[in-house]
Amino acid sequence: MAEPARADEPLLQTPLHAEHVAQGARMVPFAGYDMPVQYPTGILTEHNWTRDHAGLFDVSHMGQAFLVAEDGSHETVARALEALIPADVVNLKPNQQRYSQLLADDGGILDDLMVTRVGAPGHEGWLYLVVNASMKDQDYAHIEARLPKSVSLRRKDDLALIAIQGPSAAAVMAGKAPALADLPFMMSADITVDGIPCHVSRSGYTGEDGYEISVEAGDAARLWQALCAHPEVKPIGLGARDSLRLEAGLCLYGHDIDTTTSPVEAGLIWSIQKRRREEGGFPGASRVQREIREGASRVRVGIKLEGRAPAREGAVITTPDGREVGIVTSGGFGPTVNGPVAMGYVTKDAAAVGTDLHLVVRGKPLAAKVAAMPFAPHRYKR
Amino acid sequence: MTTRYTKDHEYIRLDGDTGTVGITDYAQQQLGDVVFVELPSVGKSVSKGDEAAVVESVKAASEIYAPVSGEVVEVNGDLEATPGTVNEDPSGRGWFMKLKVKDQGELDGLMTEEQYQDFVKSL
Repeated sequence: MAEPARADEPLLQTPLHAEHVAQGARMVPFAGYDMPVQYPTGILTEHNWTRDHAGLFDVSHMGQAFLVAEDGSHETVARALEALIPADVVNLKPNQQRYSQLLADDGGILDDLMVTRVGAPGHEGWLYLVVNASMKDQDYAHIEARLPKSVSLRRKDDLALIAIQGPSAAAVMAGKAPALADLPFMMSADITVDGIPCHVSRSGYTGEDGYEISVEAGDAARLWQALCAHPEVKPIGLGARDSLRLEAGLCLYGHDIDTTTSPVEAGLIWSIQKRRREEGGFPGASRVQREIREGASRVRVGIKLEGRAPAREGAVITTPDGREVGIVTSGGFGPTVNGPVAMGYVTKDAAAVGTDLHLVVRGKPLAAKVAAMPFAPHRYKR
Repeated sequence: MTTRYTKDHEYIRLDGDTGTVGITDYAQQQLGDVVFVELPSVGKSVSKGDEAAVVESVKAASEIYAPVSGEVVEVNGDLEATPGTVNEDPSGRGWFMKLKVKDQGELDGLMTEEQYQDFVKSL
């Protein structure tokens, strides 16, 4: 479908645009950027390569920014962000990263984001944020409007972001910066890779071990080329990024989570640390605390279809006798699962693993069952 | 044998009064990896332009339209187990269905091989 709202706006390009074109990528509009959806080998091959070797992703379209406390105090900046998100920011260790959500006053999710306490000397009182490409302008406006005078937001639109994901990622990166071999999951380091200053975190969006590398735009192409030169590394487009994250059971903003879903409904309670659950003090806390206590009326579940036909976003979910219980928010073919997988919201009576469901595709009910997520096991470096 | 093409990138290869329908090499490249094909039942009557099958790639579902009117006399059951054949050999083993053509005159409105190749170049 066309995106008429953007039809007359020129697409933005990441600092790696020329690399994608040179590598034969098929470019498509995504969140206002001209992005690679796949390279010549295709989505299935790219997906499987990432699970078996190492995939390289350009995620420079995502929003990178810093929150900075004037008084140089972590406590100051952490409290300011805690007023907007339900994660424990105060107790982050230097270089530690957490996944969280910007919440609306009713507990709906405005965006999901990564938050890191900056560890570099001289940057006490700094937090590093990564937000979704399609949401960055709204997110920044929302955050800035709610910050105390003592804390400021600094957009870093001059940074690129490159992810390397898969079982070979650690060996590839350790070959260029040995200390990265032992970097724990959800921790970060400021480190030189092939002579290029980088901020590297052990994280990603595929369920695999891997890293996300923040680098100055002017150095991005050189780093991309250096990583692509490794025989274990191939570039991966947005198509496989989506199938990889779906199999990993990870939410895509605007699809699996949005302003109508709460973190509890979305199964993201794990991202709300104990102190915050008890103390509240974030937007929508009363709803979130009530849903934690009493359970949400609907929840996000994984769904496996029994046949080969995929069910996509928007497919209605019913019980086998035809009672509507929910809707699919992401669905497609899982190459690692070797079958169709989906996630969606169902009423709590239909949410237990193993519950028989029907997914209505082109008017026909397809047999399916609630399944545990992730569909493909996470292989993070714990 | 005569092969004709639609602007939606289906082909129909006529052998007597039966036409074999599939998608072109250009179409399979555009779709990417095919992971599922939903075929019509044998015996079903379709009109020219009707949705006759659905092909699912990793990314999305796409409808396949009947190039001409007719009755489905055979479907390619092999695609159930090996949908990737559509990518590997779209004009051969990756065919979708055979239609008993109702009105051969409908073929005149479709493109010849040469016209189709020019059409693809213009895209």
